[in-house]
Amino acid sequence: MLPLEEPLAEIACMVNGRPISGRVVLRQSLVEWLRAELGLTGSHVGCAHGVCGACHLRLDGVVVRGCLVLAVQADGADVETIEAASGPEVTALREAFVEHGALQCGFCTPGMILQAAELLLGGGPLSREAIREQLSGNYCRCTGYQPIIDAVQAAGAALQAQAGGAGGE
Amino acid sequence: MTPARFAYLRPDTLGEALAVLAREGEGATPLAGGQSLMPMMAMRMARPALLLDLNRVAGLDGIAVVEGALHIGAMARHATVLAHPLVAAHAPLLPLALREVAHPAIRNRGTLGGSLCLADPAAELPACMLALDATLVLANRAGERGVAAVDFFQGLYATARRADELLVRVEIPLSPGWSPWFAETARRHGDYALAGLAMMCRREAGRITALRIAFLGVEAAPRRLPEVEAAILDSADAAALLPRLLSPLHAEEAPAAWRLHLAQVLLRRAMIGEGRHAAA
Ligand SMILES: Cc1cc2nc3c(=O)[nH]c(=O)nc-3n(C[C@H](O)[C@H](O)[C@H](O)COP(=O)(O)OP(=O)(O)OC[C@H]3O[C@@H](n4cnc5c(N)ncnc54)[C@H](O)[C@@H]3O)c2cc1C
Repeated sequence: MLPLEEPLAEIACMVNGRPISGRVVLRQSLVEWLRAELGLTGSHVGCAHGVCGACHLRLDGVVVRGCLVLAVQADGADVETIEAASGPEVTALREAFVEHGALQCGFCTPGMILQAAELLLGGGPLSREAIREQLSGNYCRCTGYQPIIDAVQAAGAALQAQAGGAGGE
Repeated sequence: MTPARFAYLRPDTLGEALAVLAREGEGATPLAGGQSLMPMMAMRMARPALLLDLNRVAGLDGIAVVEGALHIGAMARHATVLAHPLVAAHAPLLPLALREVAHPAIRNRGTLGGSLCLADPAAELPACMLALDATLVLANRAGERGVAAVDFFQGLYATARRADELLVRVEIPLSPGWSPWFAETARRHGDYALAGLAMMCRREAGRITALRIAFLGVEAAPRRLPEVEAAILDSADAAALLPRLLSPLHAEEAPAAWRLHLAQVLLRRAMIGEGRHAAA
């Protein structure tokens, strides 16, 4: 039970393509609300103060820290979590992460995939340095990072091969 | 990691936001990108009574050239400034520095105004404002006032902003013929800098004829160093002056002597960098 004096707010937003309206605790972060109230537990809460990147989600199309946005700030916004993230770049990343052993416990994986997908969508260079920079705000405590960089590079190459193949037809 | 309770207002116009500040003063805390304020609230280092969310205030995030100056709104996100063609054309120091600011997800949300008003000693953008000779424009209910960047930053997390004011934009004078240089040392890419240097300079016939420099992460707040700038214009060993002129911050993981050493290394690199740039 919430204490009576706990300030609340009403919000309405899109979550993973569905309109959602409800009451939020004013001091609750967006990621906590998604997990606790909507059962969307794919975004993880690691450090809860903006350092680790496990809580990444898309807010109006860009990747943000879900722990540094208040749930009330999602009012009127379009929220997308790893549960609904799709598209060829996400598929390519999922396959490459499995193939390259780019995860062990999986806690950081949703945040990694969303952040890497932003790089692949941007169509920028895929040097190891560019991938490292892109993922510099995502902690992993299992892999030592090298397999993750391998996987993102492989996903980018797979996408390029697909695009090349499609263009050749 | 749950913040203390607060009240929350989300005005749609600057007028409404300034009216709240006029009424509440220090009782109200502006919320921009939240990339510094939210962590401080989570750790209860900040306990704002009233959060004044600026994210819906119209007209605070524009980027435009107006009468010989590049104007950047306080709510312009780091990622937007980093990729903006007008910024690349008229203030290329900013993209050089912004690449070192935090990480992509934080740059998607964090704002120029938030970084300047926080005035973290290790932040990149305050030092850039000095090198760019920018004016910071503050507004309250009575109107606007411009504060030169050299006067805005006043110490550790301390600025010239009054409790009833919002930073609304910065104005960067266009400076054709000037070129930027930026570098910093950090433990990992995206971490706050241990020491960094922002520089703008003008060269005529291969010689530096004018320049502005500001260190970050070295002292409590960025400042201009006229003696150092004069020594560079005289082609003297400016780095040798730094031990006498700087009062570096001290911390266990980055002692004052180490920051001073880094400042000297960065300044010497800036000089070599300029040489290479000129020859290219
Ligand atoms: C993991 C991590 C790493 C980071 N690394 C770096 C780094 O390397 N370099 C760096 O510079 N920053 C770094 N940051 C901070 C980031 O750049 C912040 O975005 C920035 O410092 C604050 O901007 P904001 O818009 O998020 O402001 P907020 O956090 O919303 O606000 C910061 C302060 O400014 C005040 N404020 C905000 N806007 C205004 C306004 N318009 N008028 C008056 N007052 C205002 C607020 O009341 C608050 O006190 C990092 C953050 C994190 C979480």
